[in-house]
Amino acid sequence: MTTRRSRPARTAGSYLVLTVLALVFMAPIAYLVIGSFKPSSEVIDGVGGFVPRDLSLDNYTGMLGRFASPATGYFADFFFTSLLVTVCVVAFGLLVNSMAAYALARLQWVGRNAVMLGVVALTILPFEAIAVPLFYALNDHRNTYYIQILPFVASAFSIYLFYSFFIGLPKETEEAARLDGAGVWRTYLQIIVPMSKPVFATVAILSFLTTWGSFLWPVMMIDQPQKRPLPLAIAVFQGQPPYDWGQIFAFGVLMVLPVLVVFLLFQRWFVQSLASSGLKG
Amino acid sequence: MSAVATRRSGARRRETLAGWTMMAPAAVGLVLFVLVPFLLAGWLSTQNVRLDTPQPPSWFGFEHYRRILLDPDFRTDFWTGLRNNLIFAAVVVPLQTSLALALALLLNKPLRGMPVFRTFFFMPVVFPMALVAVVWKVIYTRGELGLLNSVLDTISFGLIPAQDWLGNPSTALLAIIVMSIWQGAGLQMVIILAGLQSIPAELYEAAALDRANAWQRLRNVTLPGLRNTLIFVAMVTTILSFRLFDQVYIMTGGGPQDATTTVMFQAVTTAFQTNNVGRASAITVLFFLIVLTITLIQRRVLREEREIA
Repeated sequence: MTTRRSRPARTAGSYLVLTVLALVFMAPIAYLVIGSFKPSSEVIDGVGGFVPRDLSLDNYTGMLGRFASPATGYFADFFFTSLLVTVCVVAFGLLVNSMAAYALARLQWVGRNAVMLGVVALTILPFEAIAVPLFYALNDHRNTYYIQILPFVASAFSIYLFYSFFIGLPKETEEAARLDGAGVWRTYLQIIVPMSKPVFATVAILSFLTTWGSFLWPVMMIDQPQKRPLPLAIAVFQGQPPYDWGQIFAFGVLMVLPVLVVFLLFQRWFVQSLASSGLKG
Repeated sequence: MSAVATRRSGARRRETLAGWTMMAPAAVGLVLFVLVPFLLAGWLSTQNVRLDTPQPPSWFGFEHYRRILLDPDFRTDFWTGLRNNLIFAAVVVPLQTSLALALALLLNKPLRGMPVFRTFFFMPVVFPMALVAVVWKVIYTRGELGLLNSVLDTISFGLIPAQDWLGNPSTALLAIIVMSIWQGAGLQMVIILAGLQSIPAELYEAAALDRANAWQRLRNVTLPGLRNTLIFVAMVTTILSFRLFDQVYIMTGGGPQDATTTVMFQAVTTAFQTNNVGRASAITVLFFLIVLTITLIQRRVLREEREIA
């Protein structure tokens, strides 16, 4: 490797490679978005699928019109289910798991070490390893909202992320507050939470992405259209002939839109969160 | 007991109470929805228990395990699933990690516009897998009108014939693999980027003083500095490979001819379509043992790395 290329040539080479890769990475997304505005018959049309021609909102109105009876479910129902489940899992999860992590990281109490050991052990357990017995035990609670929420609020992994962050916080501010007579709860709410925005963002984003995309559990627990979250609803939609790919793509765009908006608004947080969650493992 | 000591033990009691109160909601959730189901999986795997009969569970010993692993009438399902998981891991882990490393190295250059490229590469990560699977299923449409077939035909000037990517047992798993790499590479990329930025700049300065060329810098500074990150990323991806389910469920249903079935897919269809909760639980327990083994290997390797470093 003694070949010497000039700096501008190398820079141009880097940009060329980056551009080609970016095109490959964006192609499926472009296909989805363009297809959602094209007549259905032109979606599966070779490379012509990328050509934005005869664009209209017909697929969107058609798709909304298709899900317009209790038998098919309503698109608004799918969306509401996903939104409700995600908001509850994220909000309750932040509260419950950060409290637990604070107790583990900062308070002295009988049984703490044993509980911490248990939490660390449970981080190994992926949801897939308990899905079948959970499905068996909760069979009477199928087709409800709460069954899509409750099992995912407490999370050993979230507790672990909070714990790693809290343990690294300087103790001085906290001890000063305690000496001033602030109780445990006030210290937690007024000192710890404001200092810990990054870890709250990390856990919120990870939990948001996982819950919004949740698929395995709804497949097992939900068969009523009204209680279907979006991922399950699109899986059902794409499996029922006659296939209307334009409408299915319109469904897909609406399903990913909230995530994309949040992602583009808080991109820096997204990337940092996911990168840091990886490094700490 | 002095007044100070009494006050202190009172404070300690209050702290224990507060500790337990703060821990309680999460503890209840973890016990009810993680620990108990996990223990239940172990128990159910020794029972003859079905959802479609009102009969109570009855003792079945290790018969489920024997059937899944050894019985010629049943064992093919599990071993085929495991084989597919292993192929998936063996292809995805090195390919996706190398791609993510290449992307991270490119993005780490001090050039303009890198955040924009990072956004492009990262964007698939935020897409729900169910949607990704639907879009790629359409991309893989068989015949000349399929997007992938058409693209390949165009760039090869007609040399690559149209394939039935998901319908052919020899390409179906490959098709799922390519799609999964597309979706997952961006996540690994940002983890590796964070790792790259934590390598001390002095090491590169020293390498520059030694007149090390780009390849030598990569081999002797960058890769050793990224070692823990790369091991971590590889292990997490291995575990993800064994959790493979969504893509299979949507794109192929395990077919054609079981070419894309996985351990998790077996567990779910066994519980769900044949109502055999006992056998499904046994598959679940085997799945857990696989994940546990990988995790323990990962922790050991990373600990050794830290001790050396």
